[in-house]
Amino acid sequence: MSKELRVNSKYIDQTTRIPFKFNGKTFYGFKGDTLASALLSNNVHLVGRSFKYHRPRGIMTCGSEEPNAIVQVSNDPSLTEPNVRATEIELYEGLEANSQNCWPSVNFDIGGINNFLSPFLPAGFYYKTFMWPASFWEKYEFFIRHSAGLGKAPTKPDPNIYDHQYAHCDVLVIGGGISGVIAAKLSAEKKLNTILLDDKKDLGGVSIYNNDDNFKINDQNVSKWLSNEIENLKKYPNLSIKTRTSLAAFHGYNYLLARENLTDHLNVNDRKDKIRQRLWKIRAKKVVIATGAIERPLIFNNNDRPGILLSSSIKKYIDYYGVKCGTKISIFTSNDSAYETVLSLYKNGVKINSIIDIRDKSESLIVKKVQDIGIKIYWKHTVVNTKGYKRINSVELMKLNEKGTGVIGDKINESCDCLGISGGWTPMVHLFTQSGGKLEFNRIDNMFIPDENKSPSEQISVGSCNGDLELDDIIKKTNLKTKEFLDINTSIFDSLKIQNSKEKNKKNIWLLPSDKALGKTKPFLDFQNDSTAKDVKLALREGFKSIEHVKRYTTTGMGTDQGKLSNMHALGIIADTTGTNMGELGTTTFRPPFTPLTFGAIVGRNVGQFFDHTRYSAMHNWHETNGAKFENVGQWKRPWYYPKNKESMHEAVQRESKAARDSAGILDASTLGKIDIQGTDASEFLNRVYTNAWSKLQIGKCRYGLMLNEDGMVYDDGVTTRLGENHYIMTTTTGGAANVLNKLEDYLQTEWPELDVYLTTVTDHFSTISICGPNSKKIVNKMIPDLDLSDQNFPHMSFKNSSINGVRCRVMRISFTGEHSYEINIQSNYAKNVWEMSMEAGKEYNITPYGTETMHLLRAEKGFIITGQDTDGTLTPVDLQMDWIVSKKKYDFIGKRSLYRSDTIREDRKQLVGLITEDPNEVLEEGAQIVEDLNKKPIEMLGHVTSSYFSPNLNKSIALAVVVSGKNLRGKKLFVPMENKNINVTITDTVFYDKENKRLNA
Amino acid sequence: MFVINCPFCGERDQSEFSSGGEAHIIRPKQPTELSDDQWAEYLFMRKNIKGVQFERWNHAHGCRKWFNMIRDTSNDKIHAIYKMGEKPPIV
Ligand SMILES: [Zn+2]
Repeated sequence: MSKELRVNSKYIDQTTRIPFKFNGKTFYGFKGDTLASALLSNNVHLVGRSFKYHRPRGIMTCGSEEPNAIVQVSNDPSLTEPNVRATEIELYEGLEANSQNCWPSVNFDIGGINNFLSPFLPAGFYYKTFMWPASFWEKYEFFIRHSAGLGKAPTKPDPNIYDHQYAHCDVLVIGGGISGVIAAKLSAEKKLNTILLDDKKDLGGVSIYNNDDNFKINDQNVSKWLSNEIENLKKYPNLSIKTRTSLAAFHGYNYLLARENLTDHLNVNDRKDKIRQRLWKIRAKKVVIATGAIERPLIFNNNDRPGILLSSSIKKYIDYYGVKCGTKISIFTSNDSAYETVLSLYKNGVKINSIIDIRDKSESLIVKKVQDIGIKIYWKHTVVNTKGYKRINSVELMKLNEKGTGVIGDKINESCDCLGISGGWTPMVHLFTQSGGKLEFNRIDNMFIPDENKSPSEQISVGSCNGDLELDDIIKKTNLKTKEFLDINTSIFDSLKIQNSKEKNKKNIWLLPSDKALGKTKPFLDFQNDSTAKDVKLALREGFKSIEHVKRYTTTGMGTDQGKLSNMHALGIIADTTGTNMGELGTTTFRPPFTPLTFGAIVGRNVGQFFDHTRYSAMHNWHETNGAKFENVGQWKRPWYYPKNKESMHEAVQRESKAARDSAGILDASTLGKIDIQGTDASEFLNRVYTNAWSKLQIGKCRYGLMLNEDGMVYDDGVTTRLGENHYIMTTTTGGAANVLNKLEDYLQTEWPELDVYLTTVTDHFSTISICGPNSKKIVNKMIPDLDLSDQNFPHMSFKNSSINGVRCRVMRISFTGEHSYEINIQSNYAKNVWEMSMEAGKEYNITPYGTETMHLLRAEKGFIITGQDTDGTLTPVDLQMDWIVSKKKYDFIGKRSLYRSDTIREDRKQLVGLITEDPNEVLEEGAQIVEDLNKKPIEMLGHVTSSYFSPNLNKSIALAVVVSGKNLRGKKLFVPMENKNINVTITDTVFYDKENKRLNA
Repeated sequence: MFVINCPFCGERDQSEFSSGGEAHIIRPKQPTELSDDQWAEYLFMRKNIKGVQFERWNHAHGCRKWFNMIRDTSNDKIHAIYKMGEKPPIV
């Protein structure tokens, strides 16, 4: 740390030295420094390279608007973070930061050659050049990826803890500067439940370090008065103050997101097990926005050199951080506020070379003071050029002509090592517009301010974010507006005595002239994205008119800073060039987040196992213990197959499938959706939601049903059982359960409220054990000896109430495999026990547990569809060749009318068919395309494979597919073209196995 | 993110609700008597108004009841909420 660049500051703990690393080199700063202030105190200005031209760039600001000093923090592959603004990093022990966008180093950067190529890199260069020829794109991409890019993503999971928390309050005050403090105090005094947020480590904003005697409140320095007020705030129990908390988004209905930093300022070793960031989800009855304003740069030739800073930032570095940004400073300004900086620097013994002011003159008190000191002021002059590659070393200035459109006279050279620039102020209206507010253009101050008549919610903007830039205005108007907003009669701030020495007198020139033609100059607008005033003008010449288009074409305002510094100038130049009024031009849209958020803060605790719910059946432990591999079906974990002795999946599935048909198989079917339906109109309800008729279904019988959408497309299917006169239990697909229930509720509540029907989901309440195969009857008989399983008493598609060891259960004789089978439905807390009993009872018959893969195979052998696999929301029952289930007699059901729309009755729709391969060992890929003519170009695709397996029971490959006009193509030979071969296939019937359904009663 | 006043539960966060599209589209009582065009009108045609719109909403993660809402889509202001079957209030 350079002693010559440090002065005393009460805001910085100058007794605690903190080491840190920047680009691998160790530096020292003080506790209270930011990375930026610490670097400046070490005389480091050059911190990065610009995005496009790789020009050397330095620290330019002291806040979130920083466009240049964005760094990569930490070298740890799990903690490293790109695009962090050095101006917002509080210095801590263990900090490692690196420049971005330079290679091999910030001092010697190969991409810097782009700077010399810059005549060839105008706006839209990438669009124009890299689009043609298309085959070159891969080469261009390689080039772009290597020369561009902002920072590196971490390569390992983030070990930090992030949190989410909700907050509800009467009043939320955003920003703890002087106006935020006034608003918060009024709100707290009124006994309102209040939250005050500020993104810095302390409250106070820019006024907290304002010790200038030219500004007084009640005869006290602003700093002193404000410190007292802040101290006072702490006594209100109904006021919660959150610092290091930045407002990220302001949504409708006063719903706001704020990110609180909890550990980023701590020494690395002190962070363990602490929450790093908390995302606050705030619902406020009223919101006070007090986000302040940021200083504008001036746009002139070579305005981007390291050592050029916003004048107000130079002031903060000297007054707050105790850091001199240079030893020979020049100031370039359009308004009075830069003179405050001059006085601060002067007080701290910094040499001020000269002031270049584009105005004709200023009569304000503060300017007089500066003149009295004897500092040279060049009135009505502009900087036409700057020099110095890695650090500014001089400026060239000339006199402005009468209109300010050109320069006259001789060029004056002034040497300096730092240039402060001040182009006036831009109110931070981002949050107001994010919330839906509309802006109005203030022509006197050339700024957009909130249009109070178009406030979208209960909110006000106070202080400089409302366009009130002078101390007296800020305090008086904040007091008045807050009183009115919160319904307060008299306030402690009513009679403050305020002394202000500045005047509003300001001259505005968006693009300052130079002695050179614009084409020969580099007046940067957007420092982060390297776009210049030239680019904007070029875009206009090329016909772009809308500000949104110009923005995208030139990339102005599209960096991580969202153009906080550049947008106003871009608008101004467009307005000037096209002769439009800025108010009519409007602004680009400000989108959340205001400053970048970490992914950690966005996801909070919802990572890893908390990312989504996982549902397990009651028998899950058994499956695990017995080596099941699991498949995700929606949120459920379902056994996929049970490999034995290192079997492959194929081997396991072949064994399971064979066992289920040869002797006995057992399946955990608990995940199927189950909806209990009761009410006097239950039968009528089912009539309306299924395609087939239900009124005549006898109590104790089961029926398969197909459910359509109103557009006639198959939506879900399953077996429904009539348990009593007015009582049914419906099963749905595993994945469709929740949607089916919602759909049925929708119809019941909105279309047919007259029906007496009640729906209850009982999916989790009952577990389902399905036992199938020729020996299933013997096994169930062993388990429930007193249940008469004869075909006469208990035929296929019927149901019995029964009990196992005194626990009531429902037994259904239904089959999804084509085998004789039973489903035992039992209260879930007994299910694992009954499953184990089944295994025990089935032992002598080699009962074999099988998973979803075998289930899919067995049903495919029978040609049973799986909705969602063989259907995709574009197939009608007729397309599926399931006309048999569509009632011709019923007057109406959901989707009926759509079954004879002109489109659904087309003969050449895709229809479900079976496919067999010429080579019986060749298994088709699901999703593979089916074609007839391999030579026709473009090749005509007739359909695709929906299900495909090798059937061990038939000893050949089988598949289901949808094919155009497939119904009429039985026996037709087609092709499935694959990457390396064409597979010959033949269209068949969809039922491959036991076409006569003999096995159901075997 | 709105605050929605469920007619059965009271004020809740929008994240508890799901939107069900345009309201007051009545399913035809005799679909078989409709031409393809008439049926398509019911099935597919929906207004997408910038301004005051009548919508169906469901308190999906709450009481699971459906209700109607009058909302201005241009500024998300909710003008009225009323139960299914009730006449829309005049706003
Ligand atoms: Zn509710």
